[in-house]
Amino acid sequence: MEDKNILVMKDIVKTFPGVKALRGVELEVKYGEIHALMGENGAGKSTLMKCLIGIHPPTTGQIYFEGNLIENYSTSDALKMGIAMIHQELSPVEHRSIMENVWLGREPKNKIGLIDHKKMYEMTKDVLKLIDFNVDPKTLMSSLTVANMQMIEIAKALSYNAKLIIMDEPTSALTNKEIEQLFSIMRRLRENGKSIIYISHKLDEIYDISDRVTIYRDGQFIGTRETIGLEINDLIKMMVGREVSEMFPKIICDIGETMLEVKNLSSGNRFKDVSFNVRKGEILGIAGLVGAGRTEVIETIFGIRPKTTGQVFIHGKEVKINNPADAKNNKLALLTEDRRATGIIPVLSVLQNVMIGSIKKYVKKNGLLDHKQAIQDTKEYVEAISIKTPSIYQRIENLSGGNQQKVLVARWLLTNPDVLFLDEPTRGIDVGAKSEIHRLITTLAGQGKSIVMVSSELPEVMGMSDRIMIMHEGRVTGIIENTKELTQEEIMTYATGQATKLA
Amino acid sequence: MTSDSKKLAEQAGAASFNKQRVIALIQKYGIVIVLFLMIIGLSIISPNFMSPTNIFNVLTQSSIFGIMALGMTIVIISRGIDLSVGSTVALAGVVAASLGQIGTATTLYYPGLHDLPVFIPVIAALAVGALVGAVNGGLIAFTGIHPFIATLGMMTIARGATLLYTQGKPVSQLTDGMMTFGSKIGIVPVPVIVYVVMMAITWILLGYTALGKNAYAIGGNVKAAEISGVNVKKNLVIIYTFMGVCCSVAALVFAGRVGSVHPGAATGYELTAIAATTIGGTSQTGGIGTVWGAVVGALVLGVLRNGMTLLGIDAYWQQIVEGCIIIVAVVVDMRKNAKKK
Repeated sequence: MEDKNILVMKDIVKTFPGVKALRGVELEVKYGEIHALMGENGAGKSTLMKCLIGIHPPTTGQIYFEGNLIENYSTSDALKMGIAMIHQELSPVEHRSIMENVWLGREPKNKIGLIDHKKMYEMTKDVLKLIDFNVDPKTLMSSLTVANMQMIEIAKALSYNAKLIIMDEPTSALTNKEIEQLFSIMRRLRENGKSIIYISHKLDEIYDISDRVTIYRDGQFIGTRETIGLEINDLIKMMVGREVSEMFPKIICDIGETMLEVKNLSSGNRFKDVSFNVRKGEILGIAGLVGAGRTEVIETIFGIRPKTTGQVFIHGKEVKINNPADAKNNKLALLTEDRRATGIIPVLSVLQNVMIGSIKKYVKKNGLLDHKQAIQDTKEYVEAISIKTPSIYQRIENLSGGNQQKVLVARWLLTNPDVLFLDEPTRGIDVGAKSEIHRLITTLAGQGKSIVMVSSELPEVMGMSDRIMIMHEGRVTGIIENTKELTQEEIMTYATGQATKLA
Repeated sequence: MTSDSKKLAEQAGAASFNKQRVIALIQKYGIVIVLFLMIIGLSIISPNFMSPTNIFNVLTQSSIFGIMALGMTIVIISRGIDLSVGSTVALAGVVAASLGQIGTATTLYYPGLHDLPVFIPVIAALAVGALVGAVNGGLIAFTGIHPFIATLGMMTIARGATLLYTQGKPVSQLTDGMMTFGSKIGIVPVPVIVYVVMMAITWILLGYTALGKNAYAIGGNVKAAEISGVNVKKNLVIIYTFMGVCCSVAALVFAGRVGSVHPGAATGYELTAIAATTIGGTSQTGGIGTVWGAVVGALVLGVLRNGMTLLGIDAYWQQIVEGCIIIVAVVVDMRKNAKKK
């Protein structure tokens, strides 16, 4: 069994009107293997998976599952054959129980055709046992964490007796501990002979969990490699088609006087007694585990969340900020964590997305807007920070994640801020675009802006920051200079609350 | 690839590109095309249709819900809805009419106040509409209550206030000043002129002012708008106030055309206004919509009603056809927006 393939996809071509999304790609997955798919956004990974699970049949090409050619099947046929996918965005029926979610649409019935809840309960217990997940099947979905909902999705896949499970960026909303749990379950499934296709942007995870990795670029098959022995630089080169010379192009810049100072800031139980400052030209990284209160601190400074105590000073003067408009007037800017939910306005153009932060600036004396100026400014920024868009009238939702992020940066730069808060600025952005965003951040610091950057990726924090503030359960446990000697382990000791050091 | 086959491939590419462009154009201007087809079809079947009298007739008939649809467009772009507009027209209408009666009227509302200059009932109507709208906007902005619920409540309140104010009786026998809103200047009906003026105002408001840009942003993603420093509450109050003002203007046209306002006036007009807006491509999901869409949507309904009457189609059937058109328009629109993703 060891070397036999459970899945072979050959010469898969998929065209959509006007676009060739896949240009003859391959994929071979063995029994009992964790197989990673990598590639920048738009490389074709998702399209290939949609072909596999029957959402979009491929235009041409063959799919062999367990040695048999499979054609013209629906997603429910795929499930019956044993191909299940756990989507990045989970969509549980939130106000129903775990067991109802697992058996949705195929509930066990009793003799007279009514739902047999007792049997459903037992059946759910059985599948949960497979992943060692100890929870009452009657628990409401809405009371579970994202990580636990994922467990239920895996259980659901197993309840279909899935032999091949596809996971699309399952770790993007998980804490490190939850990721470890997920990985141990994945390893266990592998031992039981299940195959897993794993899609992720996180390089360390690929090395941690996968046996082999297949790389795609621009809808083309680049290659399949054993993960062990694959150099990280080679992997990146395969993905982006060029060498990303500097992952973190940090430029040393002059650091000036204190720009923003926060003293004893608290917001209810979310975080307490947070004090820090950031200087002109400085990048302050904020590290910590998910739930440490990092985002909340930024949101409170920005007037999104009410503060219970504390003071904020800008240029040494205390300021009162009750809402984002106040924050903007005090020359603060905020790139939020969730680009789709709180950043972009999907159906509007790049132009409108950029100018929305500076509308007042464009109101002429007669009350009408100076469109010419807005268009000119937007075009300038599109060029200056090289936003790739066919035109400024393009809907922002049609741009890639990295370019959407740049549009949001342009929105805020147009307000001419002194301090930029960046909350997970490169989340969900592919490697190539990531380093461009990093370069942009450094350039801004070089222009004398102060940057406060929250990031869950330690290499990013350590690669970009001048100083690092670390939080643990709503408190600051460390503010340290970022030196070459600093290790990830040291930061983790603060992030887990095992040590404190306040400079 | 040889140069010949390359050329062929390019040509094929260009052809499919053109085909896509045609499809995109049809989708973009689909409802305008439908309107033209309707007009062409009707003018062939019924020669009377294209007569100036009938054209102005259609426009006059469309003007009341057309004006309401203008305000509704901004409301729906901001991802709201206003169900109270029919009642608001009635309330503003009866107040204006009660201040616009002639001295010899059989039932005078304010025996001491008759034959007032027309600006007084006009200002009264505008004030009533603006007030109702501001309350709607304030409720939605400051309590966070869903616009559907807030304006559903207001729909009943405003209708109740209308009945209370009139004690259930119509207000009639209006001054010449009031009747101007239903009259003609030369061959051009005043309702049409008022409609065109309101179009221009809404067009400027939506396309060339901060309010317009903010409305699109609020509808497109309210959280993003707020974080970008948009004063969402203030903008919502203004948006619903403008909706109320549109109702006031519609009420004046109503009073002028009918010559009286009864307390049950404009019942169900909110749905016609929403229908016109929707047919015109303004999306209930927010952030998408144009003034021209609202105008075309209103004209589609106007032409449809007029045409079916000219053809002698049963009024009951007219309603069924209207309903079908609304549904088809939304389905086409949804597909258009889904394709872009």
